[in-house]
Parts: sequence; structure tokens; C-alpha cells
Amino acid sequence: MTAKRPWWKTVLGLVFTALMLFPVYWMVNVSLTQTSDLRRNPPNLFPVNLTLDGYEAVLQQQLPALGTSLMIGFGCVVLTVLIAAPAGYSLGLLRLRGRTTLTFLLLVAQMIPAVVMAMGFYAIYVRLGLLNTIPGLIVANSTIAVPFAVLLYTAFMAGLPREMLQAARVDGAGAWRAFTAIVLPLSRNSTITVALFAFLWAWSDFIFASTLNRNGDLIPITLGIFNYIGNNTTQWNAIMATAVVASVPAAVLLILAQRYVAAGVTAGAVKD
Amino acid sequence: MTTTQPTASALSPLRGAAPPPGPRRRPRVSATQWTALGFAAPLLAYLGFFYAYPLWRNIDLSVHDYNVRAFVQGDADFVGFANYADVFASPIFVTALTNTVIFTLVSIAVQYTVGLALAVFFRGSFRLSNTLRAMFLVPWLLPLIVSASTWSWMMNSDNGLINSVLRAFGGDGINWLTSPDYSLTAVIIANIWLGIPFNLVILYAGLQNIPGDIYEAASLDGAGPARTFASITLPLLRPVSAITLLLGLIYTLKVVDVIWIMTTGGPANSSVTLAVWSYREAFGTGRPDFSPAAAVGNLLIVIALVFGFLHLRFQRRQDES
Repeated sequence: MTAKRPWWKTVLGLVFTALMLFPVYWMVNVSLTQTSDLRRNPPNLFPVNLTLDGYEAVLQQQLPALGTSLMIGFGCVVLTVLIAAPAGYSLGLLRLRGRTTLTFLLLVAQMIPAVVMAMGFYAIYVRLGLLNTIPGLIVANSTIAVPFAVLLYTAFMAGLPREMLQAARVDGAGAWRAFTAIVLPLSRNSTITVALFAFLWAWSDFIFASTLNRNGDLIPITLGIFNYIGNNTTQWNAIMATAVVASVPAAVLLILAQRYVAAGVTAGAVKD
Repeated sequence: MTTTQPTASALSPLRGAAPPPGPRRRPRVSATQWTALGFAAPLLAYLGFFYAYPLWRNIDLSVHDYNVRAFVQGDADFVGFANYADVFASPIFVTALTNTVIFTLVSIAVQYTVGLALAVFFRGSFRLSNTLRAMFLVPWLLPLIVSASTWSWMMNSDNGLINSVLRAFGGDGINWLTSPDYSLTAVIIANIWLGIPFNLVILYAGLQNIPGDIYEAASLDGAGPARTFASITLPLLRPVSAITLLLGLIYTLKVVDVIWIMTTGGPANSSVTLAVWSYREAFGTGRPDFSPAAAVGNLLIVIALVFGFLHLRFQRRQDES
């Protein structure tokens, strides 16, 4: 098989990929550049006399932000799975009446611009005192993932044989037991995909962070980068170093969970 | 493995979600239905509190005259559609609308074309093709702030890489982000880069669904690559293309972060879109003006929903066929 595949396509593929990923390379390159070399013209295409100063700055200044983002990301995963998995079970296997309408509403929900949701949440949070809090951000961020997650779970669970439920019932297991003992373990891959995207979207969120958490002490990493850009535009190596660190989850996920990523893109096809 | 591929078939996320309605009986609500309702209850409560209520608040904002004080006390004056009228009358409205149309159409047209070309390229697999295709996902997975700030630095007037390349070839540097003539182009370029992976993945999945024997038959009949593309690939890919373009449209309409991070809509509104305008009114200035912002936001919802319904109709038709 492989022998027949033309090598020039591989070469061309490498060129295309290199072009596409060049900005990513450039980010890494700048993050390793000495501050004095940042304004060189032309810039160094490779990190000659590289420095880790940028990363040192990240460690000194951005650790709390990274921790905040991690907390928000994990909180979002838990909340999303807690709501979406039972809902998928209800829609996909138990065939809740009105599921068509509900599915439709979830599709519509994905089309609502985040900026609109942000204003609505702001208006609510102002009164409830939830501005600048981590739970507030977790809830707001989860609105990106929940409709996607329910649709994903539903699609998967609808494909499970319903006889299985009946068999469970014959054995004396109730709906709850069937859910936790049979359906959830079988849906492991859906859960991984859901968790992955819920985390990534919460981690990457900028709109909710910049609106609902403008004056908080604990800011997520995206806002950390944004404030950085606003404050000291001279230290682009530090900004890019933060950006590299903020990209780590995406890189890890791509390496460890590539097939789940691909499954998620085609399944929900949602990103703001 | 097979389990995570609810739609390895094609892009119809809901193929399994909305099974064709069976014969409609009307039994009394069975025990199973109560159980089903119980399992769906968290979602229903969630949608009520965290979707419906914020949206309601947003409509409420748009028909009142909210300032910061009224915001906290909740005693804003009811003004009906005055905010909407102000929005339409504002000189920014036409600029924002024009920019939105240009930003959206150019973005999705180029993303789709490049995505399709790459999907066709990756179709005949070759050594490393799967790995390289996975690498193409990177821009899509990175936090937007990361991509946007990287592009900002690359497009920096004095020290940006792009300008130094232009100068090396004897051209003049361009003020990508600071000139009203180029800011929209600059954010479109970055946005295209961000959207290519999505188009590639979806269109590639669509291509996988075209049976290989059709291509074999075509090549036996002596059809060249161009002919094959025009007579087989494009027509058979049409439903997937329609969905890709519509989803692209819906997602591009609501883009705020890329533009806000790179240009904040400026200079002089040259890269303001409706979504950015709404964001700026509410959160981007020291003096938040929520009511017009909410009005613009609701306008955006209406536009998104129109295309959203189009998308759903397409998908339904595709599922039926």
C-alpha cells in the first residue's frame, strides 16, 4: 500500500503544515528571544542566543492565573458532565417526550452570541454578587459546553440497544442503576470528548472572563495575557511565553486525545 | 473506538438525536416518562436559569434606559424601542453592518476554499497524512487570546515579522493594525487562519463519505482530476458544504475576541463589527452603556437565528434523504 503513495505529496503536505503552523512557531521563537533582540530588524528567524527570561516572568507573575484557569476548567467539566450525561440518557434512551423540541432548543442555544450571554449574566451577577467569582465564571463558561455535551451524549446513547435496559429491568435494576452501572461506563468515550472540550473552552474563554471578572483578584490566564498586552507592550517575549504556557493544554490534548478531538469537531462543530 | 463516533458518517450531529417520530399514540404519562423527566430535570433547570433568564434580562436591558446606577437598583425607565431606534440611527450602525458583512463573507469564503483544497489534498492518504492533518487542528485548539496576540505581534508596524518580510522584498511596511485602511484586512487574515482547521475537518469527513468506487469509475472513464472534482466531488459534497458554510456564517457573525484583542474595533471604527460594537458599548469603555449594547446584541441574535433555521432545514432535508 504505502509504496504506491507518492512521496511528493508528503513533501507538499509538510510544506503546507509548516506554513499553517508558522505563527505557532513564531510565538515560541519570540518567547525565547532576548528583550534586546525583540526590536532587531530583520528579526532572528531562529532563537539564537535564546533566553528563558520570558518563562521566568511567567512563573513569577502568572502562576495564580494558571491555577485559576485550572479550577475554572475542572469546575466546568464537572458541571457539564453532571447536567449533560443524565440529560443524554433521558433524551437518547428513555425517549423523553418532547425531545425533538428540546434538541431543537439546544441547537438554537449554540447560535446565541457569547457577548449577549455575557451581558445577561452581568446583569444577573451584579445583583447576586457573583461578579469576580470563580463559581460565577464556571457557570457562565459551562453555557458554551452544555448544549454541545447534551447533543453528543444523546447521539451516542440513542445508538445503544434499548433491550439492554429491559434486560437490566428484568434483573431488578431501576433506571438509575442502569444509568450508573451500564450506560455511563459504556459512554466513557463520549464523556472523554465532552470533558475535553468543556475544559478547553473554559480554559480558552476570553469574553466571559473579560466581562464578568474584570476586577477580580483571581483572574484566569487569558485575561492575564490580555492585561499583559495592555500594560507593557515592550516585553513581547514574556507575553509570548505566557501564550506558550497557555497553549500547553491544547497541545497535550492533541497529542493524547487526538481521536476524541476529531470526534468532537465533526460531532458538534461548535466553537465561538 | 467506534463508540465516540456518533457522526463519523457526516456532520449531522443529531442523526441519532432526533429519531423519526413513531406513530403518535397518546397514552397517559407512563412511569418511564416520569423517570425520563427526572433525568432531564437538571438540564431543564439549567436552561431556564442560565439560558432563558440571561436572555430575558438582555431583552429587558434593551427596552429600558439602564445606566450604572439603575443597573444596581433596578429602576430604569422603560423606553420601548427607543434603544433600537438609536442603534439604527447611529452612524456607527452602517459601518458596523458593512464590516460585519465583509468580515463574515470574506472569512468564510476563503476558509471554505482553502479548507476544501486541503481536504481534497489529504483525501488520498500518503505517508504522514494523518499526523499532518492532526497538526492542522492546532490553530483551532489554541486559546483565541494566544492566536490573536501572536498575530498582533507579527503584524506590528515597526517590529512585526510580516513587515520585515515585505521590506526585505523591497516593499513598504503596512500599518496593519493602526491604519483604518488595513485593520479590517488584518483581522480577517487572522480569522481565516483560525477557521481553516474547522473547514478542513468537516469537509474531509464529508469526502470520506463519497464512495471510492465512484472515483474509480470516473478514472476508468478517463476523467482527469479537474473533471473529477467538478463532476463528482463538488456535487456530492454539496450538502456538507452547505452545512459548513452556514455554521461558519453563524460562528463568524459572533466573533468578538479576535477583533477586540487585535484592534478593539479601531482605528476609527474601521474594524468594528456588530458583535464588537455591542461588546464595546457594554464593557469596552469606562462608561458602560448596556441598553444600546443589548439592543445590538439582540439584533445579532435575530440575524444568527435566521441563518440558524436555514441550517436546521438543510440538515433535516439531508437526514430525510
